[in-house]
Amino acid sequence: MHNLVEEPEIRDMLHGMARESTGSPGSRTVLRVQAMTAWLWLAAVGAVLGPSPTGAADAIQLKPVAQGIYVYTGPHTDASDSNLGAVGNVAIVLGEQTVALIDSGGSLEFGLQLRAALEEITDLPVSHVINTHVHPDHLLGNGAFAGPTVEFVGHRRLGAALAARAEFYLEAGTRNVGPKFAGTKAIGPTLEVADSMHINLGGRVLKVTAHATAHTDNDLTVYDRRTRTLFAGDLVFVERLPIVDGSLKGWLAVMDDLRAVPAVRVVPGHGPASVRWPSALHAQERYLQALLRDVRIEIAAGGTIENAIGWVASEERSKWVRFDEDHPRNVTASFTELEWE
Amino acid sequence: MRVAVTTFLLAMAVGIPAWGATEDESRWHDLRESLFGDRQIHEESGVVSLEAPYRAHDAALVPITFEAAFPQTNERYVKTITLIVDENPLPMAGQFHFTEASGWAAISTRIRVNAYTHVRAVAETNDGELHMAKRYVKASGGCSAPAGKDPEAALASLGKMKLRRSDPVLWGEPNSAQLLVSHPNHTGMQMDQVTRHYVLAYFVDSIEVRYGDLPVLAVESNFSLSENPAVRFHYVPDGPGELSVRVTDSDGAMFARAWSVPASVATAPVGEEAAPVNPVQ
Repeated sequence: MHNLVEEPEIRDMLHGMARESTGSPGSRTVLRVQAMTAWLWLAAVGAVLGPSPTGAADAIQLKPVAQGIYVYTGPHTDASDSNLGAVGNVAIVLGEQTVALIDSGGSLEFGLQLRAALEEITDLPVSHVINTHVHPDHLLGNGAFAGPTVEFVGHRRLGAALAARAEFYLEAGTRNVGPKFAGTKAIGPTLEVADSMHINLGGRVLKVTAHATAHTDNDLTVYDRRTRTLFAGDLVFVERLPIVDGSLKGWLAVMDDLRAVPAVRVVPGHGPASVRWPSALHAQERYLQALLRDVRIEIAAGGTIENAIGWVASEERSKWVRFDEDHPRNVTASFTELEWE
Repeated sequence: MRVAVTTFLLAMAVGIPAWGATEDESRWHDLRESLFGDRQIHEESGVVSLEAPYRAHDAALVPITFEAAFPQTNERYVKTITLIVDENPLPMAGQFHFTEASGWAAISTRIRVNAYTHVRAVAETNDGELHMAKRYVKASGGCSAPAGKDPEAALASLGKMKLRRSDPVLWGEPNSAQLLVSHPNHTGMQMDQVTRHYVLAYFVDSIEVRYGDLPVLAVESNFSLSENPAVRFHYVPDGPGELSVRVTDSDGAMFARAWSVPASVATAPVGEEAAPVNPVQ
């Protein structure tokens, strides 16, 4: 799994170019010659980010992954006091005039800390907060960026999904994150994407694409042509077990569409800050195909959900974080989808 | 009170597992009286069995199975099983009525569980005796959990039904079949954040299954059944015929569908999804 992880391309960032590493998976030699400059550069980033203004123990780390792109990587845990509910990845894309945020973390407090970290990097204003889908770890930091000049961008079905789930998510956040969750609100889209849309940040145009039901019924992806970076939201999981909250078959179909995106790297919704594309899809596809195959076998045999949970895709268990916690629900969701075939 | 105490002592004496005896029974005492009055209910008497997971993976979709634990004959059979989820907003989750054409009083379905609770199956035999099996289930939030993964798709398929049945058919014996009904089964506890109103409760309230003219199963239920209610049951076909299903919901809509047994080559294969034959609003 780790050999899929792409190293930061420091040289490209220093020179403001979009040259991409062509090393084979696992190759780290590409970076060796830049080791010295990389250290200097990372030290500089660390210095300007500094400690969180609120004094939280876990200051938000923004990792540069390509020219003008920074990523916060969420931990593979449940939402809690220590992660402020931000267990998914968040990306920041700098244009020449404005900044776009791709997802916002899991609470107002996280959003505020993210905003402070962002302001250490740039003076440019945030013009767009793009929410890749309805899940709380990707959206509940929106409140920190609300203002008359900020658009919240979402799938055309995001508003309805959020309306149905907001109360549930806010209760869960209060329970899991605790007092630091105070003030968190569910802020829905002000700009809805039905098919696709271009967002101009000045010198940098992001293409936002709405997808058919897959991970959820309201998934968006964002593509930056300049650096050939795909922001996949939770349509791509790496390391952490994918969650089926939309349609298993739909997700596999959307993955086929995504494979055609000419990106060189992806920022997944969960996993490392940057992973090679399209090889980042391999593990997820293997797992979802195993689910599809095995649940179909169980259904064809007249079997039950309980029985399916016991054996379906069990060979995947050692290959993912949180398999025991999340796999049974994936089997249940897949079973209730596929039994209608 | 005397019955309860006696039952408790009996349970201790025969070594009923601790979890069965120690979880909170207070709500049940009220329910018991309102549902069954002062009728005696035999516990763990080998007449009815209930299977449910001790810890559920998904509170909105908890698989359960309850069934008569003795061979059904015309002389002695289970005619009704009442499913009770003590801590749900509507504790009586459903009543399942069986007939001679059921062959075996046995149901598998999926329910919502809103808080840690006992789940009970109370069977009434044809001689009027009541027998109960119970399980404790750790799950919560199943009724207030957000509705469906894809509401647009759910609306488009409302009222569709699918039947899966065991094959080959055994004439004159109990055969198993599973009915799936596409329906959101909204609980009325799910809030629309924009309007600040609760989504109205909207659920399947009755299911009738017949084989030819003979009633096989009648279910009265509510939103305690999970979204897209699924019911596995038995039926006894005396020869080739038609299994027909009639479903009504809380808005007064009716959905009907029939499947031939065994499916003839000329008709759609049993199990294929199809639009309701007769949606009436």
